[in-house]
Amino acid sequence: MTSLPVKEYDAVIVGGGGAGLRASLQMAASGLNVAVVSKVFPTRSHTVAAQGGINAALGNMGSVDDWRWHMYDTVMGSDCLGDQEAIEYMCKQAPATIYELEHMGLPFSRTEEGKIYQRAFGGQTTNFGEKLAHRTCCASDRTGHAMLHTLYQQNIAAKTNFLNEWFAIDLVKNEKNQVVGITAMEIETGEVYFLKSRATVLATGGAGRIYKSTTNAHINTGDGIGMVLRAGFPVQDMEFWQFHPTGIAGAGVLITEGCRGEGGYLVNGLGERFMERYAPHLKDLACRDVVARSSIMEIREGRGCGPNKDYVLLHVDHLGEKIISERLPGIRESAKTFAGVDPVKEPIPVIPTCHYMMGGIPTNHHGQAITLDANGNESLVDGLYAAGECACVSVHGANRLGANSLLDIVVFGRSIGLYLEKMLKENSEHADVTDANVDAAMARYQRWENNPEDGGDPEIIRAEMCEIMQQDFGVFRTAEHMATGLKKLSDLRDRLKKASLHDKSKTFNTARLEALELDNLIEVAYATAKLADYRTESRGAHSRFDFPERDDKNWLKHSVYMSEGEKISFREVNMTPKHIDPIPVKERDH
Amino acid sequence: MSELTTFEIYRYNPDVDSKPYMQTYTLDTKKHNCIMVLDALMELKKQDTSLTFRKSCREGVCGSDGMNMNGKNGLACITHLSSFKGSTITLRPLPGMPVVRDLVIDMTQFYKQYDRVKPYLINDQPTPTTERLQSPEERAKLDGLYECILCACCSTSCPSFWWNPEKFVGPQGLLHAYRFIADSRDTATEERLADLSDPFSLFRCRGIMNCVSVCPKGLNPTQAIGKIRSLLLKESVGASK
Repeated sequence: MTSLPVKEYDAVIVGGGGAGLRASLQMAASGLNVAVVSKVFPTRSHTVAAQGGINAALGNMGSVDDWRWHMYDTVMGSDCLGDQEAIEYMCKQAPATIYELEHMGLPFSRTEEGKIYQRAFGGQTTNFGEKLAHRTCCASDRTGHAMLHTLYQQNIAAKTNFLNEWFAIDLVKNEKNQVVGITAMEIETGEVYFLKSRATVLATGGAGRIYKSTTNAHINTGDGIGMVLRAGFPVQDMEFWQFHPTGIAGAGVLITEGCRGEGGYLVNGLGERFMERYAPHLKDLACRDVVARSSIMEIREGRGCGPNKDYVLLHVDHLGEKIISERLPGIRESAKTFAGVDPVKEPIPVIPTCHYMMGGIPTNHHGQAITLDANGNESLVDGLYAAGECACVSVHGANRLGANSLLDIVVFGRSIGLYLEKMLKENSEHADVTDANVDAAMARYQRWENNPEDGGDPEIIRAEMCEIMQQDFGVFRTAEHMATGLKKLSDLRDRLKKASLHDKSKTFNTARLEALELDNLIEVAYATAKLADYRTESRGAHSRFDFPERDDKNWLKHSVYMSEGEKISFREVNMTPKHIDPIPVKERDH
Repeated sequence: MSELTTFEIYRYNPDVDSKPYMQTYTLDTKKHNCIMVLDALMELKKQDTSLTFRKSCREGVCGSDGMNMNGKNGLACITHLSSFKGSTITLRPLPGMPVVRDLVIDMTQFYKQYDRVKPYLINDQPTPTTERLQSPEERAKLDGLYECILCACCSTSCPSFWWNPEKFVGPQGLLHAYRFIADSRDTATEERLADLSDPFSLFRCRGIMNCVSVCPKGLNPTQAIGKIRSLLLKESVGASK
């Protein structure tokens, strides 16, 4: 029998980043009783670290722009794996969504005319691939910070309920497979509650911490992915991980693509601008998967920089101090702190670094989570929604374009808000739930409480997982490495089930928190490994030495993974936009 | 090569400790490749999992790991170990606030002062269909204000805030108040000024400038406070005419 105290809401949103806060704002402003459950104070969510900007075809830079061109670029960037209906929705909604943010007070940089300033970014073109577009709206190089703070501020005005420093443990499901809320721990007191809700929105962000070297914050542990997998629901396209071409070598800290958008470029150890060879058309502003692979090839072939020839250099020094202080001040700060170089004078040592999870919880464009039955038939999960990096709607397909992630989170956070605003007002019943349902969502909390003291150190397991992912599931992959990696991950997963939590105190117990996060990380890592090993082609960010070509005949489809029986199945790519003709599947032109 | 550093760390877990104490740790920072204070803390946590601190972005943008290091407030993730002279580093929670556990403070009062200044754009004009225009010069007035990361290094270094955490808004809150006063798109300047005109909210600032010397983002709350002060002064002179 459960003895958990209960709190009841119309909607519970897990995650206080851009997607969660945009969804909560929509619902709180219309009078619904919404709670945002965030394991950190909301402005510490990882949206805060986004730098370069957010795409929308506003056409503020002296030439016309069109959402259809933005859509074309996004489909091409996705290596044709993105769902065209969702991409159409995102690109078409982008301008209105940006203007809303501006009205909320987001301090965008400005043009001489006083409009929102837009910079060039990777893979963004006009007129279906013709020439570089200036489509990326920004607040200097602190766009994510400006966005997250603005959204949090608006939520204060809308009087949203915040459960700050609360950790979501698991989804609570009833016998009809409906999601009826979550179990969650108040970190400060260690008390666990059942948060009962008519709609549960997962907006838990990424999981870059499965890799040893990542631009992601320590909090990016894939909590929503772990929750859905344990609840028996699927995840999709987890083999696709974006490696950002410019993480600071060694530290992993992000240096925005905006540097190249403003005119920066990469060079190898011979001082050669190598991107001209790999992508003669878009050069340094080719898609991220292309640039990351090119840098790694240069390093592999002995043309890296530095004493060990293990990185490449990013030049912005030719832009001059004025441009750098105006448009890239945060980068200058990061480069000085973490690389010991002043980019006004010297190039920055950079290396491709794990950055973004293209896969996630499959949803439609209202954010409703999708599941598959034993025969592969799709249905919606009653009560469960997801948006942002933890979701796979799928607008990024096999490779995300820079500055489309901030767009993704606000567009789909907003669309969930709009949908639930209406749905929750029409239908006010809570679904049935029993104590046994709640107890089931406490199983892993109890496991950590009850495991014997000599079961193994979670910190060692975490370090081994990061090493495996880095070695065997990096920028380039082979069957041999992945098979070895998968076997090791499987063993690690078994060890984790027995691992021990030594500190069982209640007050702000970060050891318990990290143990619960590790449960999620290992689920993400394992799903990644299973699907990466299975997909025998190269597409977008999934590059295999043993299968170097894209294979549309066999692999133009989403891969879907479920924990039960470690089952892999597939979903069709949506090729039916509502307002324009489908964008034909073709090879990418770099 | 090894480099042994001694860490004196403030410890308090209300579940087991009757009072706080300082605990000494030794760490070979070179062997463990620790560059920043946060790297060392994470390494120490591997040895002693009960050691408690907040962390997230590890690059100085989220504001989670504000703490007092050898007497000065700052962010652990962007403070180089090499910036300290001597081989002992003393780490304490940010001063003047209740301690939850070890280096984790209760920030309720700090956030209340943020909420108090209505930290959101207020505009009573009809909403246009595209963006509200703002010239680059008008936008430049927000530089040095909007970048605040709410780490609490400033307010918890301010003696006036220590004395009156309920009544004095403190450097962080006042910086935000001015961020909206300075925004050409905000129409609530009068209301914002009126909310700060009592003897405590703003006028308890004594210009000590600890806030400026500790801000990890290089912001200047004292200057923002000075600007609000002169606006209030102008208003009262105007009113008395």
